[in-house]
Amino acid sequence: MSAVVKLANVHKSFGPVKVLDGVSFEVGRGEVVAMIGQSGSGKSTALRCINALETIEEGAIEVCGHRIHDDTLDKRALRQDVGIVFQSYNLFPHLTALQNVMLAPTCVKKIGRKEAEALGRDCLARVGLAEKAGHYPEQLSGGQQQRVAIARSLAMRPKVMLFDEVTSALDPQLTGEVLKVMEDLARDGMTMILVTHEMGFARRVANTVIYMRQGRIWESLPGSELANPQTAELRDFVGSGL
Amino acid sequence: MTYQFDFSALLPFWRDFADGVWLTLQLSAVSTVLGFVGGALCAIARADGPPWLKRIVGAYVEVIRNTPLLVQIFLVYFGIAVLGLRVDANVAAVLALVVNVVAYTCEIMRAGIESVHKAQIEAAECLGLTRAQIYWHVVLRPAIERVYPALVSQYVLLMLASSICSQISAEELTAVANRIQSDTFRSFETYIVVGLVYLALSFVVRWAFWGFGLLVFTRRRKLGTAL
Repeated sequence: MSAVVKLANVHKSFGPVKVLDGVSFEVGRGEVVAMIGQSGSGKSTALRCINALETIEEGAIEVCGHRIHDDTLDKRALRQDVGIVFQSYNLFPHLTALQNVMLAPTCVKKIGRKEAEALGRDCLARVGLAEKAGHYPEQLSGGQQQRVAIARSLAMRPKVMLFDEVTSALDPQLTGEVLKVMEDLARDGMTMILVTHEMGFARRVANTVIYMRQGRIWESLPGSELANPQTAELRDFVGSGL
Repeated sequence: MTYQFDFSALLPFWRDFADGVWLTLQLSAVSTVLGFVGGALCAIARADGPPWLKRIVGAYVEVIRNTPLLVQIFLVYFGIAVLGLRVDANVAAVLALVVNVVAYTCEIMRAGIESVHKAQIEAAECLGLTRAQIYWHVVLRPAIERVYPALVSQYVLLMLASSICSQISAEELTAVANRIQSDTFRSFETYIVVGLVYLALSFVVRWAFWGFGLLVFTRRRKLGTAL
């Protein structure tokens, strides 16, 4: 399996605080990797580095052939291959759900309005929101907004999708509807890296679970093995979640 | 009080009043459009430009906001003459009004731009949009929508302030009034009429902006949010 995302000995500090302390892992095509760990363990930072939202001090990151650590990195080209969904949805409030989804395809890929609209409706249908196309973000629930955000990413046909604690602001029911969409994506073969506190989802869907602690990969194991951790720290951590 | 009102003395001058109104509206409209564009550019420069540009724009804004409009108008008018240029009084008036309103627009727009959350910009970057596209689609449009009421107030104020252009012989409404009252000696009546005309103009301008806002800000229209 060829690696789509490859991190090699990545180091990153915020001032005196070391957030990533030699992180290395690979993600193959169609693989789902879940990153778990306490707040401040570096998992979100690692994810943001993959999309060049943070710069790294040492090591190398390669994503779909883009070398993130290079000064010559073309960020816009990278971001056409990588989709990211945030905890706070970040939909554009003055645009309808459909317009949110259509914006990047029309602006970045320069596809025609008709085609973009068809694409937009198709992506909204994939997240189960075909009938909400004309709604504005403030008219949608948090779960629906997050699904629109996923559709907005999907419309760019990314090769990898990153999810940064996308359900952390949602109640259990809304969390469920977002996770279902993500599970469908995984089943369709999307390469996904997610930072999550949903242990059940990680165990069920992730091929690999990475447990981050103090800026390092403390333990990495198949999702199905999440109930049987090797280290005491991970055992403690999942003890409360499963 | 034994004052005898006589408005009939003003009647023969109705055409002059109409010409004055027309010029006031033209001066205001041109200054508003140029002021809006200039103000938006200054706001972007001040929010996101290189440090030297931020300082220049900042200094300009502070100078304009802390000196009287009348003085600014004289400075522009006589400044042009000193430079050896000959321009029409109306052009000088527009120039002065624009110099003034750009500074105020800049500050209003900057508030709007700063109200757009950084996460919005980050999301747009992650979708691969260029800087210009982000500014247009993600920053300016919601920013303008948010500060629109403040902008409208500023432009109504601009229309009223254009009366000061009478001082440099631009023949707008107040200049016309000044002439008529010295011809008729009916000063009080003249300025009552002019005051009422300005009042009516303000309502018309506000109403026009309100309609324009409904046209442009689709979300406000569809959700029925007040403008």
